[in-house]
Amino acid sequence: MDTQHLTHMANQIGSFFEAMPDRQEALAGITLHIKRFWEPRMRRALQQILQQDAANLSPIVREALQADDSWQPAAQ
Amino acid sequence: MNTQIHDTDFGTPARVSERMVTLEIDGQQVTVPEGTSLMRAAAEAGSMVPKLCATDSLEPFGSCRLCLVEIDGRRGFPASCTTPAEAGMVVRTQSDKLQSLRKGVMELYISDHPLDCLTCAANGDCELQDMAGVTGLREVRYGLAGANHLDSQKDESNPYFSYDPAKCIVCNRCVRACEETQGTFALTISGRGFESRVSPGQDQPFMESECVSCGACVDACPTATLQEKSVIQFGQPEHSKITTCAYCGVGCGFKAEMKGNQVVRMTPWKDGKANEGHACVKGRFAWGYATHPERITKPMIRSKITDPWREVSWEEAIAYAASEFKRLQAKYGKDSIGGITSSRCTNEETYLVQKLIRAGFGNNNVDTCARVCHSPTGYGLGQTLGTSAGTQTFKSVEHSDVILVIGANPTDAHPVFGSRMKKRLREGAKLIVIDPRKIDLVGSPHIKADYHLALKPGTNVAMITALAHVIVTEGLLANDYIAERCEEKSFHDWRDFVAKPENSPEATAAITGVPAELVRGAARLYATGGNAAIYYGLGVTEHSQGSTMVIGIANLAMATGNVGREGVGVNPLRGQNNVQGSCDMGSFPHELPGYRHISDTTTRQLFEQAWGVTLDPEPGLRIPNMFDAALSGSFMGLYCEGEDIVQSDPNTQHVTAALSAMECIVVQDIFLNETAKYAHVFLPGASFLEKDGTFTNAERRISRVRQVMKPLAKYADWEVTQLLANALGLKMDYSHPSQIMDEIARLTPSFAGVSYQKIDKLGSVQWPCNDAAPDGTPTMHIDGFVRGKGKFFVTQYVATDEKITRRFPLILTTGRILSQYNVGAQTRRTDNVAWHAEDVLEIHPHDAEERGIKDGDWVGVQSRAGETVLHAKVSERMQPGVVYTTFHFPESGANVITTDNSDWATNCPEYKVTAVQVLPVTQPSEWQQDYQRFNETQLELLEQAASNEGKA
Repeated sequence: MDTQHLTHMANQIGSFFEAMPDRQEALAGITLHIKRFWEPRMRRALQQILQQDAANLSPIVREALQADDSWQPAAQ
Repeated sequence: MNTQIHDTDFGTPARVSERMVTLEIDGQQVTVPEGTSLMRAAAEAGSMVPKLCATDSLEPFGSCRLCLVEIDGRRGFPASCTTPAEAGMVVRTQSDKLQSLRKGVMELYISDHPLDCLTCAANGDCELQDMAGVTGLREVRYGLAGANHLDSQKDESNPYFSYDPAKCIVCNRCVRACEETQGTFALTISGRGFESRVSPGQDQPFMESECVSCGACVDACPTATLQEKSVIQFGQPEHSKITTCAYCGVGCGFKAEMKGNQVVRMTPWKDGKANEGHACVKGRFAWGYATHPERITKPMIRSKITDPWREVSWEEAIAYAASEFKRLQAKYGKDSIGGITSSRCTNEETYLVQKLIRAGFGNNNVDTCARVCHSPTGYGLGQTLGTSAGTQTFKSVEHSDVILVIGANPTDAHPVFGSRMKKRLREGAKLIVIDPRKIDLVGSPHIKADYHLALKPGTNVAMITALAHVIVTEGLLANDYIAERCEEKSFHDWRDFVAKPENSPEATAAITGVPAELVRGAARLYATGGNAAIYYGLGVTEHSQGSTMVIGIANLAMATGNVGREGVGVNPLRGQNNVQGSCDMGSFPHELPGYRHISDTTTRQLFEQAWGVTLDPEPGLRIPNMFDAALSGSFMGLYCEGEDIVQSDPNTQHVTAALSAMECIVVQDIFLNETAKYAHVFLPGASFLEKDGTFTNAERRISRVRQVMKPLAKYADWEVTQLLANALGLKMDYSHPSQIMDEIARLTPSFAGVSYQKIDKLGSVQWPCNDAAPDGTPTMHIDGFVRGKGKFFVTQYVATDEKITRRFPLILTTGRILSQYNVGAQTRRTDNVAWHAEDVLEIHPHDAEERGIKDGDWVGVQSRAGETVLHAKVSERMQPGVVYTTFHFPESGANVITTDNSDWATNCPEYKVTAVQVLPVTQPSEWQQDYQRFNETQLELLEQAASNEGKA
């Protein structure tokens, strides 16, 4: 998968939830959205991005993905 | 459902009143609602009063003098069409005197009418002929030597109907239909006295006038003056069936009038609740594509897209497709294939495709064209209100006091609903339009928007938040409604957010380009003007913040208490005829039918038990994700039913690169569309005239599609999917689509009460339809929201990445026009090309002049994604800095220019905002030249198909 595109998509999601005044709700919203709408290979690619290229993820997305691993797909 | 060809015409419209009046007509007691005409009351009592200028789709006019009656205690002979029934009246519709008067009137009519009844196209369907018979006219004493109109020239300019002034009786029905039903005011009566004749525009031919060819005038005409050319060609139909239009999301009911298997004409169904007897140029006339010579009726296969097609048997084609899908899954894994359901196919067909993918392919890689249009509606309304659908019936607009149209152009894209909306606006409802373009609704005959907020493309969210700011800060909230029906915390968060100074109209004017006082005025009107209804289209959804904007719309409606009763609501105007249905049927990769998430164990188990398989609990790939996965080598096969993703999806070169990377593409369609040119298997589809099923329109109305002719290629689409499923080892043995609907009803709570029997009985039914609402649900969220408490969300404006720069200084926005539909596969193969034969680029005079562009010049349109060349149309409908085009013709390459940018929540493409440069050019773009070569090659490979039949 195109990691640049996935990073952009994740950051877009982050921009929506970041406006929420309740930070915990925003963080949970990001991971839940990715879990519910991203196909596992996209989430696997996101795992790699988080591990290898996290600097391009926005801080709130990084924080959300690191705080809660429920979005991660089952191991293949 | 077979129906009679000629409906009963009650002469004047039905009235609605709580007060009833009882009177006597021809000795019969009859009780009717107050306001009913004597003519209609008589018809209901069984006495059909002779008439010519009256018809029950139009308000009475009282000009023909045939419908005279006698009323005890009243002098003279009142016209029954314009005389309201009153309690205690004693009325006679027939007497010697009345007969004598009517015969005299008829004699005058016939004295100036060609007596060619035997060879007239309306023979058998002519009210003048009928009235001559009813009134007992036996001779015309005036002869034909006097002044007459018999030598008047016909106007044959319209491709679908002719106008013969010689046969006109000046009853005004066509003029009134154009005004009352369609709302275009294209027709008038030109001249006075004897010179009076129907005139399009200023004595112009129809095609040069403002006529939109909706056919309302033709329906209304009592003679052969305005006559369908198909009736002139084929003669009068002899039987008919009620079915549903296959074009836009209005979902008009039509009567297919037939001779054997030959469609003679399609006429709007009077009892169709979506359209109430009206139609547009597409549904009414543009059905000839169904038997177009370019229909492909034999299955074809090929190994590579550079190979010629080879016509094969259905068995071979299905076996080949199945073996390829199995091969790909064995080689690349279970998740390496997927499919796309069609919004142009029926609910039953869509349901079967997603079933095939989930249960047969074993994954959830299923998506639909709603991905590229209304997927943000699904997300936004689902999050806020709890369900992914419009809240109202179309009829609800009759109760609206304020109509807010956002990013929609109903008179072009949803024309029959546009006419209903215009009728309400002429009655005095207020209108707010939020759109970058000056669409027709902003200013057309007898319609003028109270506010046109001509915002810059891509700034919707800043606008909706500014409107909310005014409502919150000026104390216009519906506090009781909010307290009772909405989540308190989410409301407080939203209220505090929108109230911030940076969200005020004054602060956001720099973003939207709309003066603050206009925004304030529009917000006040929406919040305080009475019943306020929002109608929106793809100008809302097809943005990087499409879902945020849908949420913002729902926020606004909840904050003002405008959800849950007639006349209000949040109403997405769906694009294709069955977009609503395809979404309902589980076409999205994360949802099973009825919008239930695939991860929900209880729901999944329900389907697993019914289908006898284990389902994958993870969401599948969306269409853009499929393309990305194809390019990275993990998605290699696609079953695409009735969609043309190459032409309709953004960034064409990205799409074609992805398709080229796949090893097996199976296209099921009625024509060799652009996607099929990249396919390895072609399975011939069936048009809506060739199959049974149901469509669900934008108001959640499920209507029957009825087969009026056998499938040209032997199978309806649901049968083809069933063949493929069985070849893949997923047993399907449906013998009729009604059985598929029964399965849907068993598995989907909101469809639990739906059956063909019920639809036949009620005419149509709106979901939810179940034990709680056995006859369906016209208005949603009446006592509370589907999700429980309505939920507000903060809607922070985030500027699109498509920024204008010195290199790309203009914003391109795309859309559609009245005469063409979507990728044009259907309408381009009809005479609708007479109105729109190519896509053009609309550009403001200032931008054109700055670039030395004149009307009609070739212009290159270049974006970061690609370049194409179109003819320029210099138009003041555009605002400076914004250009516009349509995507109805493949060679136009509108989507060569659009980019991969998409909605944050759903990946719905940002069609509405592309930064471009426009400059004069002298030749087609490089892409267009490549396309021309590719297209010619593919058409040659198709031509070789028949000659390759049976070859190994």
